[in-house]
Amino acid sequence: MIKVESLSKSYGGFKAVDDVSFAARPGRVTGFLGPNGAGKSTTMRIMVGLTPAGSGVATIDGRRYADLPNPGLEVGVLLDASAQHAGRTGREILTIAAQTMGLPKGRVDEMLERVSLTPTEAGRRVRNYSLGMRQRLGIATALLGDPGVLILDEPANGLDPAGIRWMRDLLRGYADQGGTVLLSSHLLHEIEVIADDLVVIGQGRIVAQGTKAELLAAAGTLVRTRDVPALSQALVTAGLHFSEITDALRVDADPDVVGQVALTAGVALTELRAADGAGLEEMFLELTAETQREGAAA
Amino acid sequence: MSTAVLDREVVRATKPAPRRIPMSRIVGVELRKSFDTRSGFWLLASIGIVSVIATGAVILFAPDSEITYETFATAFGFPMAVILPMIAILSVTSEWSQRTGLTSFTLVPHRGRVITGKAIVALIVGVTSMLAAAAIGAVGNLLGSAILGVDAVWNVSVVEFSYIILANILGMAVGFMLGVLIRNSPGAIVGYFVYSLLLPTITTVLAETQQWFADKQPWVDFNYAQGALFDGDVSGEQWAQLGVTGLFWLVIPLTIGVWSVLRSEVK
Repeated sequence: MIKVESLSKSYGGFKAVDDVSFAARPGRVTGFLGPNGAGKSTTMRIMVGLTPAGSGVATIDGRRYADLPNPGLEVGVLLDASAQHAGRTGREILTIAAQTMGLPKGRVDEMLERVSLTPTEAGRRVRNYSLGMRQRLGIATALLGDPGVLILDEPANGLDPAGIRWMRDLLRGYADQGGTVLLSSHLLHEIEVIADDLVVIGQGRIVAQGTKAELLAAAGTLVRTRDVPALSQALVTAGLHFSEITDALRVDADPDVVGQVALTAGVALTELRAADGAGLEEMFLELTAETQREGAAA
Repeated sequence: MSTAVLDREVVRATKPAPRRIPMSRIVGVELRKSFDTRSGFWLLASIGIVSVIATGAVILFAPDSEITYETFATAFGFPMAVILPMIAILSVTSEWSQRTGLTSFTLVPHRGRVITGKAIVALIVGVTSMLAAAAIGAVGNLLGSAILGVDAVWNVSVVEFSYIILANILGMAVGFMLGVLIRNSPGAIVGYFVYSLLLPTITTVLAETQQWFADKQPWVDFNYAQGALFDGDVSGEQWAQLGVTGLFWLVIPLTIGVWSVLRSEVK
């Protein structure tokens, strides 16, 4: 169980993390979603004590990370797969970590096998690793101490589709055995397929959180018509909130209500359905648009 | 199915409570980390290699009358004074320059313990290297005098040699201090050469031209104060000078460096 309470961190006047609170529960995969620079990595670094918090606390099973006597046995951490000494071999990096945690040497081979790094690959220096191999090594380091909690920052980066599938199955199995998994991503679809719970962050603030089912259910209705102005007018008259997405409208109401409004206004519809995640995607695109600049073109 | 899940959860819960990572293990890990890369390995190997070359050079090139232990000690002493501080610097800065600190400081979430481990390793490496070099020099002295057919001259006492070891440990401490203060490998190495080569040149010129500085130099110049250690005889006043200058040139900046390491952000 990871608990984050009112965490804030500023750099000069810039609020990188602004009053962030959420929990990642055991037995579930919690997706930490946000565009690049939203504050995901800073929040995760604060959790493990690499960055001092401005205010607020993060606890793991009720204790601050720094109070864990041998953190590797309780929390598996992967923050940046490239942050390794390029001159060490993969096996050596795992051996050092195992020695620090006080684990038997055999554990290193078990982990190499678990992340599908061959003995030849493990004997190569990390300088010669692809990003995908570094991610596998990083995940092996995180799993080494058989911890009950995993904190992974963008673990799917650089993995090929088969690798992403492998990681998804691995984390799913891990959570099913009672483990707590927190993983971040800037890709909605990547996280949608694996997470049970979602925490969406943008510009340092939590903008939405809940189970995936809840967030998807709250998405409202997606409606298409050739006469957008007429439908918009009718929705305003009916007092319904809606927003325009690429080539449709998303309305905060059930499909039958929207259908009734359209009928009354005499507007022909080309599509009417429950929005299934369109709301989440829209919200995410808005967040991304503000930081990515290509937003205006869409 | 649900019972199976429960069973496994129970297994997790009954895992024995972990014990605090002992300091001895941190030292062991840090020692391993100073050997396990090519650069680290060759840096340490160079201590042995350079000692052998320096000893061989004395036998080959030194005039017969100079084949004494002091000549050998001087020959291996100079390269040692350069290599040992580099080892101390890199042991600290690589955590930032190679970004391994991300792992090191999450596995041991008390940076002070990791830094202490590194300091202990530097001390072990420093003393061991000096003793190894001394042994190689002693073999050279025996060999050299045997070739010349004269009695070996042992003109460095144990006390004198322990002063030389102390001077080298102080050099490593300076490297260590620059490492924690600058936390960047090239920066700290440049810093070390400014500190140990450029600074003494400036103070020497200053002392030659300015009488007021020459009078005060032993009390303000750390490099100058260390000179006494190489002369083999340190008076009470000289120890005091070493202490005063060491406080300003080593202890205070080291404290600031460690303080900033404990507070800084590791990215």
